[in-house]
Amino acid sequence: MTEKAAMQALARLVPPGSRVLDLGCGNGAMLDYLQRERGCSGYGVEIDDANVLACVQRGVDVIQLNLDEGLAMFDDNSFDVVLQIDTLQHLRNAETMLRETARVGRTGVVAFPNFAHWPNRLSILRGRMPVTRRLPYQWYDTPNIRVGTYKDFEVLATKNDLRILDSFGLQDGQEVRWLPNARAGTAVFHFEHA
Amino acid sequence: MSFFATPQSMHFPEVLPLQSGASIRDYHLAFETYGTLNADRSNAVLVCHALNASHHVAGVYAGQDKSEGWWDNMIGPGKPVDTDRFFVIGVNNLGSCFGSTGPMHQHPDTGEVYGADFPVVTVEDWVNAQARLLDRLGIQQLAAVLGGSLGGMQALSWTLQYPERMRHAVVVASAPNLTAENIAFNEVARRAIVTDPDFHGGHFYRHGVIPKRGLRIARMIGHITYLSDDVMNEKFGRQLREGLELKYSTQDIEFQIESYLRYQGDKFSDYFDANTYLLITRALDYFDPARTHAGNLTRALARAQARFLLVSFTTDWRFSPKRSREIVKALLDNRRSVSYAEIDAPHGHDAFLLDDARYMGVMRSYFDSIAKELQP
Repeated sequence: MTEKAAMQALARLVPPGSRVLDLGCGNGAMLDYLQRERGCSGYGVEIDDANVLACVQRGVDVIQLNLDEGLAMFDDNSFDVVLQIDTLQHLRNAETMLRETARVGRTGVVAFPNFAHWPNRLSILRGRMPVTRRLPYQWYDTPNIRVGTYKDFEVLATKNDLRILDSFGLQDGQEVRWLPNARAGTAVFHFEHA
Repeated sequence: MSFFATPQSMHFPEVLPLQSGASIRDYHLAFETYGTLNADRSNAVLVCHALNASHHVAGVYAGQDKSEGWWDNMIGPGKPVDTDRFFVIGVNNLGSCFGSTGPMHQHPDTGEVYGADFPVVTVEDWVNAQARLLDRLGIQQLAAVLGGSLGGMQALSWTLQYPERMRHAVVVASAPNLTAENIAFNEVARRAIVTDPDFHGGHFYRHGVIPKRGLRIARMIGHITYLSDDVMNEKFGRQLREGLELKYSTQDIEFQIESYLRYQGDKFSDYFDANTYLLITRALDYFDPARTHAGNLTRALARAQARFLLVSFTTDWRFSPKRSREIVKALLDNRRSVSYAEIDAPHGHDAFLLDDARYMGVMRSYFDSIAKELQP
């Protein structure tokens, strides 16, 4: 989901001038965009050496941390927005990190591959795990260790007392608001703690 | 082949008040510079040194084999800290034994060699002395202050003592203070020196002797703590020094690691000063910017304005990543600009002096971004 349109769709959830923490910030493109286009400030968190280097190269502040070790370094409500874009599916402690996201940020934005997207359902009906542009891995080598659906996240959010401010699907960079659980490859949730 | 470096010296007749309440005057600071100061004097980078290093940071001395500066892999033309773009200053700290005024020099009042009477100097004192050197060089604001280990403590202290005098601070393999274990290692080293019969209460110069036994043991202890268990095992393992048969001796060298440590100890005792070792380890012990803020590092770092890069190494147990993360957290709490790289290198504390592609890459990229801010 590196496409510019998708990035812009997610960036719209971040108010101009926000203080942002981007968990699993990759090469820092999103933060770079938010800093340039929306006057935001903040930090990325990354575990991967090459991504940390890429962030330093583009002048994005980055903290090298393993998210599975928690966010003890960050204070409660110390960010306006905490982003988890294509990060949740890689985390062992995805629920803990969701709670941490809500603790550290006044609001959170989570985006992840929606396993209930219809091509995935079709593949499962045929008896095979899906291999798509959005989920390009085989079942035995996928880094996506948490596969969930748009609807699944609604349940998890309720369980953790998160108030959903907005949610939609993303497909080909376009927002999908009608039947997103079937029609979108990516689920997006904007929430705050209740 | 590196470039040629030329050591210089600056005399400071005026009094420098020290943190202890004592003072020092009529002192010299040895320093070196590489590269060219630009027209608006904005491209200066100050490099602070660690325990057994000096102002000779980069380059070689003409006609001297193996005289590369201690951070020659990091600093020089085309290196991560590129002297084609930056004006780099290396300065030897007060109390050292490599050129700046130290315990082996004469007290200006008495004409006697200082010896044990050399005043206790702290990281803060060193920073004050370095600031005076910058004044004399006509540098008001550094592009960056950079240091590893004890040098990183100086870089951090710079941002608190002179928050407006640098734009960036690069703190490598350092800590906001020493842990009890770390002070303990220093104390063992100091006791080895002080209890050497040749130490004479620090006035061994008068007796024409050097407490080499103490220095050797101090260095052996220190050296162990700069390496990681894995690297030591890989390098030496249980290899015997000679042959395959055990000697069954309690005093002969049996294992390679013993031979290596003794060699390092011998080498060190030939060039390092015993009083300097005491002074520098004490400066390490005393450094604790949070002390005057009830132990609260966040409050202590509130004064800092620089943008920070911190780097630590996963196998460094003397200045562990946990300690660097404390500094990062305090900077985050203060909403300062900070990046942090935790390099998974095998070499323990020594890694900060060695080549590692990830480490060098991060340093190069960071200094590239500093260079981009300079006026063309």
